[in-house]
Amino acid sequence: MRFVLAPVLAPVLALISAALAAGVIAQAAPAADKPDPAADAKAFRNYFVTKFPSVKLEDFVNGPYSMNEDMRKQWVEKEEFPPYDFALDAGKEMFAKPFKNGKTYADCFENGGIGVRQNFPYFDAQKGEVVTLELAINRCREANGEAPLSYVKDDMASLTAYMAYTSRGKPFDIKIPDDPRALAAYENGKRYFYTRRGQLNFSCASCHVQSPGQRLRAEILAPALGILNAMPIYRSEWAGMGTISRRFITCNSQTRAVPEEAQSEDYRDLEYYLSYVSNGLPISGPGARP
Amino acid sequence: MASTIRVRAIANGDTTEVQALIQHPMDSGFVKDAQGAVIPAHFIQQLTFEHNGKAVFTADWGPAVAKDPYVKFGFKGASKGDELKVSWVDNKGASDSTTAKIQ
Repeated sequence: MRFVLAPVLAPVLALISAALAAGVIAQAAPAADKPDPAADAKAFRNYFVTKFPSVKLEDFVNGPYSMNEDMRKQWVEKEEFPPYDFALDAGKEMFAKPFKNGKTYADCFENGGIGVRQNFPYFDAQKGEVVTLELAINRCREANGEAPLSYVKDDMASLTAYMAYTSRGKPFDIKIPDDPRALAAYENGKRYFYTRRGQLNFSCASCHVQSPGQRLRAEILAPALGILNAMPIYRSEWAGMGTISRRFITCNSQTRAVPEEAQSEDYRDLEYYLSYVSNGLPISGPGARP
Repeated sequence: MASTIRVRAIANGDTTEVQALIQHPMDSGFVKDAQGAVIPAHFIQQLTFEHNGKAVFTADWGPAVAKDPYVKFGFKGASKGDELKVSWVDNKGASDSTTAKIQ
């Protein structure tokens, strides 16, 4: 009897061991799903470095100019007399001008607001949300009894331009604390970045990960790596300055998606994600773009 | 209010290279605002660069020149330390001028 049973048992045993192996994998799977920002950032950077082996890592912050030699020549010449110069002066003046209560922006920020751009956005553990530089500026104004500024251009762009200028060359240093809410914000930003939306069915990544260096009509698409380092920007197309909020809103509307409100949770989370994956790359703002 | 003119003049051999950036809306008169009202034309009509009282560059501009215009040109006959006067007048009669030392 024994000899007869053995061949029958063997496949059964095999099945059991297969089931056990499956069980182990099923247990391991949730661990792999846990957000791992550090690994994401590494993979993100590797993707661009591999795709563009001739571009120096710190040059990615110069967006389209890192991708196209002709554009770079024009830009180098333009930088001798940059179009954001007037905004920079206006921002410096605004930054120093006291509020009605006598306080200034310097009182709201670490190190008097000088050379701190690279630390934004950060996760505010008390409020449980991502705080961008633009949001922090308006919170500062409101705390001092001033009306908030429009998020998209003019004063806000001038102020952030000045704050970025004082931080030029400092590497992005975005921290994601070991807090499930911070990780959730990061994941939400990442999801927003890779989700297709709008009539044209584009995600942020369709242009800025899949196609940097390619032409979009007359424009050269900027790589997503280091894309926020140059913010705010003077865009010739806008004939003026624009903030990160303005950039997100116009990116959405250009792909015929419905833009969100400036500084919405999604946009702040997106900024958190994009800044984090560009950690280590220097701030180059304010920038000039065609 | 800071000057609306940024100018940089660098002498290189016998040629002086001048770059200038001017802050001006340069409204063409063909654009409407968010309420649908026409934004009246407002543009620089004449831009002049003078070296030792002599005009070395004059531009007669119209509404087709872009906002915050940039100008670059070279001229001969100046040396380091000379002064270069830049001035503009717009169609509303407003004007501004500044003087830069040639570097």
